[in-house]
Amino acid sequence: MIELNVMLCKGCSYCIKFCPKKILELGTDRNKFGHFYPHLTDEAKCISCGICATICPEGAIELPEKEKEEQ
Amino acid sequence: MAVYKRPATLKKNPSGFCPGCMHSLSTKIIAEVVDEMGQKDNCLHIVPVGCSTLNLVYWQGDILGAAHGRAPAVATGFKRTNPERLVFAYQGDGDLAAIGLAEIMGAANRGENFTVIFFNNQTYGMTGGQMAPTTLIGQKTTTTRYGRDAETTGYPMKMCELLATLEAPAFVARYALNTPKGVMEAKKAIRKGFEIQMAGKGFSFIELLGNCPTNWGMTPLQTLEYMESNTIPYFKPGVYKDKYKDEVK
Amino acid sequence: MAKVLVKGNEAIAEAAVRAGCRFFAGYPITPQNEIPEYLSWRLPEVGGVFVQGESEVASVNMVYGAAASGCRAMTSSSGPGISLKAEGISYLSGTQLPAVIVNISRGGPGLGSIQPAQQDYLQATKALGHGGFRVMVFAPSTLQEAVDLTYSAWDYAERDRNPVLILMDGCLGAIMEQVEFPEMKEPMREGTKNWSLNRVEGVHRSDRLLTPYFPEAMLEMQNKSRALMVKRWEENDVKVEEFMLDDAEFVVVAYGISARVAKEAILKLREEGYKIGMIRPITLFPFPKESFRKLDYTKVKGFIDIELAIPAQMRDDIALEVKDRAPIYEYCRSGGFLFDDDGVYTAVKKILDGGAK
Repeated sequence: MIELNVMLCKGCSYCIKFCPKKILELGTDRNKFGHFYPHLTDEAKCISCGICATICPEGAIELPEKEKEEQ
Repeated sequence: MAVYKRPATLKKNPSGFCPGCMHSLSTKIIAEVVDEMGQKDNCLHIVPVGCSTLNLVYWQGDILGAAHGRAPAVATGFKRTNPERLVFAYQGDGDLAAIGLAEIMGAANRGENFTVIFFNNQTYGMTGGQMAPTTLIGQKTTTTRYGRDAETTGYPMKMCELLATLEAPAFVARYALNTPKGVMEAKKAIRKGFEIQMAGKGFSFIELLGNCPTNWGMTPLQTLEYMESNTIPYFKPGVYKDKYKDEVK
Repeated sequence: MAKVLVKGNEAIAEAAVRAGCRFFAGYPITPQNEIPEYLSWRLPEVGGVFVQGESEVASVNMVYGAAASGCRAMTSSSGPGISLKAEGISYLSGTQLPAVIVNISRGGPGLGSIQPAQQDYLQATKALGHGGFRVMVFAPSTLQEAVDLTYSAWDYAERDRNPVLILMDGCLGAIMEQVEFPEMKEPMREGTKNWSLNRVEGVHRSDRLLTPYFPEAMLEMQNKSRALMVKRWEENDVKVEEFMLDDAEFVVVAYGISARVAKEAILKLREEGYKIGMIRPITLFPFPKESFRKLDYTKVKGFIDIELAIPAQMRDDIALEVKDRAPIYEYCRSGGFLFDDDGVYTAVKKILDGGAK
């Protein structure tokens, strides 16, 4: 599953556009710089494909290693 | 099942780039390649003038600031006296294709052993969105209010095509950053450029097609569509020159 | 070491190699061409790098890149080319990088002429680029002096982390003279220069930043330290030749080739009983103010500024020191004309006779 560093997000929404499972959505909260940021609507559906991390300009999305072990 | 960690070659703070700006995307993938190659401490990032200057406070590694357009000349001086270092210049289109045209052509023609990464977003972002040599015909900027007119301002300059006519460059390629696929291709090309350099095989040039949501007056998502239907048809992605196709993977 | 007969431009080039210069980038322009020509084969011989740049702008920026790595680097040009290098020289000073710039000067403004002149004095001493920085300006008047000044130039440049300019006219660049070259210095890059982007384990930390771009407060702090640097130069680094000044009633002020010609005229006039001497600035900046301050103005009847520049340029600096205590006369040529002994003798004699009345 993905981990979003809210601080780094600028709300560009590229991740939302390219998520193959369409489970990312822009929220109504803002980070301390005033940007809206996305969240997962259905965590169970995330396949950890990494497309959101690839297109994220800020490197705000990470796919942590521990995920691998749990699988 | 992918695993991804933000590269250590980026500072922990957010970039200074606008939301959705692909400058930060291209800086990120360069940093990823530097990390993956284990070159963080050996790498020198030459930061010229333009929005790329924002990397002064974003890139975590050795940085040398250069004058507007002169990054390839500065890189020449540094790399010739430090051949073991991984040296790259990261230049915008105004910097590289207008004021720095002589320097990029000179360095490429000498086959200098470093890499130039060219971020082409068809505008001068830092100064507020004036016409760049790469601005598309009809594209509105603050100095082409009714759209770029070929009659008086000529045509968008195709740097990959220009450089590919030279004998010396080892690798010349262009990719667009508006899709995950393009980002991955671009990253592969940057890796290839860096590997060519570390093998001492000469000049590599990677053009990255990007956007400028702020000065194009669009949302980040709108710029993706605009690039697909306007930028990419004119600036065609692909490999323009590959001297060591079979030797360097 | 034995004396050798050598041409001015080549003397500077060889002295640079011996000073440990291992990078040169330049662009052809008369009358300095022998410098890049000589270094194109000489530098590779000692493991150095020569690059013929695509322009003066590119060349000086190459020097900027090499200097950032701690390598002793140099570029040379003449008037029009120095104007183009202004950008890079300003960046060198802004980023606090040492380098040596050589101007073998010619007639100006504009394309001017390719003949010798001293028309770049103001550019050299007041504003070698934008942003209000200063550099030390060395003005040799013999080839031996050119060799010695070039040899020491990087010691100053590295001490101050600021470029140094050698300003020599095209005449000295072209003449041949006997010189004695100093010992070959091995270039020092490791250990000492921890400000550079050179990489040696245990000496250089990672994530270093060399840039001429600063936030306001830091930039002002830097500019204040530059002001202090100039003050230190004025206190410690002035080089000047004071020639027959003890009883002088008239003081010639001249540098470079002009001083050399003036010296002959002064000797001749001394034979005729005229009490005349000369202040010859060797560093045009810092200007030898003290030499003017310590004169006895009850005795001095006038100054004669001799320059290959019209309008006279050094006159401003002379006037700042002399104030209204004595008249300043001029004898200047321009456009590429040189002085000869007789010309200077006749002109100065006329001034002396007129002034003595």
